[in-house]
Amino acid sequence: MDLTTLTIKELSEKLRKKETSSVEATKAYLKRIDETEGKVHAFITVTPDDALQMAEAADKRIAAGQAAPLTGIPIALKDIFCTKGVRTTCSSKILENFVPPYDATVARKLKEAGAVILGKNNMDEFAMGSSTENSAFHKTLNPWALDRVPGGSSGGSAAAVAAGECAASMGTDTGGSIRQPASCCGVVGLKPTYGRVSRFGMIAFASSLDQAGPLTRSVEDAAIVLQAIAGHDKSDSTSIDTPVPDYLAGIGKGVKGLKVGIPKEYFIEGMDPDVESAIRKALDVLKGLGAELVEVTLPHTQYAVAVYYLVATAEASSNLARYDGVKYGLRVNQTGGLLDMYKRTRDAGFGDEVKRRIMLGTYSLSAGYYDAYYKKAAEVRTLIKNDFDEAFKACDIIATPTAPSAAFRIGERVEDPLTMYLSDIFTISCNLAGIPGISVPCGFTKDNLPVGLQLLGKSLDEETVIRAAYSYEQAGGWLGRRPSL
Amino acid sequence: MSIDKKDVLHVADLARLALTDSEIDIYTSQLQRILGYVEKLSELDTTGVEPTTYTVPLKTAFREDEAKESLSREDALWNAPEEDRGCFKVPQIIE
Repeated sequence: MDLTTLTIKELSEKLRKKETSSVEATKAYLKRIDETEGKVHAFITVTPDDALQMAEAADKRIAAGQAAPLTGIPIALKDIFCTKGVRTTCSSKILENFVPPYDATVARKLKEAGAVILGKNNMDEFAMGSSTENSAFHKTLNPWALDRVPGGSSGGSAAAVAAGECAASMGTDTGGSIRQPASCCGVVGLKPTYGRVSRFGMIAFASSLDQAGPLTRSVEDAAIVLQAIAGHDKSDSTSIDTPVPDYLAGIGKGVKGLKVGIPKEYFIEGMDPDVESAIRKALDVLKGLGAELVEVTLPHTQYAVAVYYLVATAEASSNLARYDGVKYGLRVNQTGGLLDMYKRTRDAGFGDEVKRRIMLGTYSLSAGYYDAYYKKAAEVRTLIKNDFDEAFKACDIIATPTAPSAAFRIGERVEDPLTMYLSDIFTISCNLAGIPGISVPCGFTKDNLPVGLQLLGKSLDEETVIRAAYSYEQAGGWLGRRPSL
Repeated sequence: MSIDKKDVLHVADLARLALTDSEIDIYTSQLQRILGYVEKLSELDTTGVEPTTYTVPLKTAFREDEAKESLSREDALWNAPEEDRGCFKVPQIIE
């Protein structure tokens, strides 16, 4: 029995029935990491000793009959979540040796639930990118095709789950960074409603858009992880203070009578025909399950990328002002004084894409340009949000492709930032509107590359998103596929 | 609106980035292209549209004023690039 092929749900049942132990499962995952990391490079840091200690504690907890659904389950975290005593780099040279003195709320909750943390996953530096090629340390390769990117920015997380190096990983999604890599790697990726999960201790990129969520092998697993991490946090004033529902309670209720909105703006010219055909088949499956497909319109979709790259960069330029070489992180001091130290530290510590975005954000917020760029973008953001409010009057959920193409080749879009930005064209609006979204595997291209179906829900209606994705997953026939490595 | 080399130098200074000459050239042309693309927002009339900066209602989160333990000095200084007698050390500011 290969324990690394099981879902959280399956492994959890085996642990409870004492058919295996967390230590055994953790050792199996560490072995799998040893075998596959040389090909995939999904981790920045692996922490075997800590993991085995957590596994021993989990086994005691299980023996005492106090197991939670995640107790003893080996998982990983994107290297954007602060972990007490474990290096947290955000894939940046500026934080290469940063060891946080505290845990992010997400990390704390997962530890309290008894999860075993195997290590920290690679990502685009400061979560800025769609391919994980912007990591300052190394590239992560797509387990389905090692000459292709895993998507990004949570590309390490997606690749690790796909390769069987962890049962689940936590990612973050600012413009698609959970859903797009999930789609590229053939796993499930769930971005909750903005504010549903605390951002405390999650290194900030764009504070009005960033949201944490799980990457898993199944929809049910995503619901299990969300259950453990969702909820209000006094340490994050933007976290939503409403009760967390039971995400598993209605998961099997089906989609009969559910109205699924199909936005015509998401079926554009230039979309990979294999992607379009996989999505059309997935929609047929939903229809076959009793869902009603209705055409809806999101007329401002074509402006979403422009809005995003103004709003996100403006927020990033402000958030990343903290990296000044004073309290933590890299310092480059050639004794030219304080200002010189700031500038040299930041030039040496940030990679190209991060600098480009800081520059764009600083420009759009600078005197004389604020109204034309940042304010204008924030106004169009309102129109995009209104589009969703209007569309959700006619449907319960919206279905789209997660990305216009499957995983692209390494290096293919590096030279051209704008083309890279357009990889996120279908995922960005969801963040601008603050609503929940999921990517669930829905087939393969002719080149055997995974395709993802995106389902978007009303604000705080993760339950419907999960239920619809689960129904599709059970009927779609793609569950349990694994790349051969 | 377009951005030239002079603007890029000004913005780099505001952003506290010491860019090399080649970086300045690259960013000038790349930012020109990106700004050209975002220009499409000007097609839309947004008169009377309120800007959205957050999608959740923001209210000041009050809490009781309780004395609690905070990060210890040792932990706070743990990652300091340079420290001196329990303080963060920076290059000399006042002559």
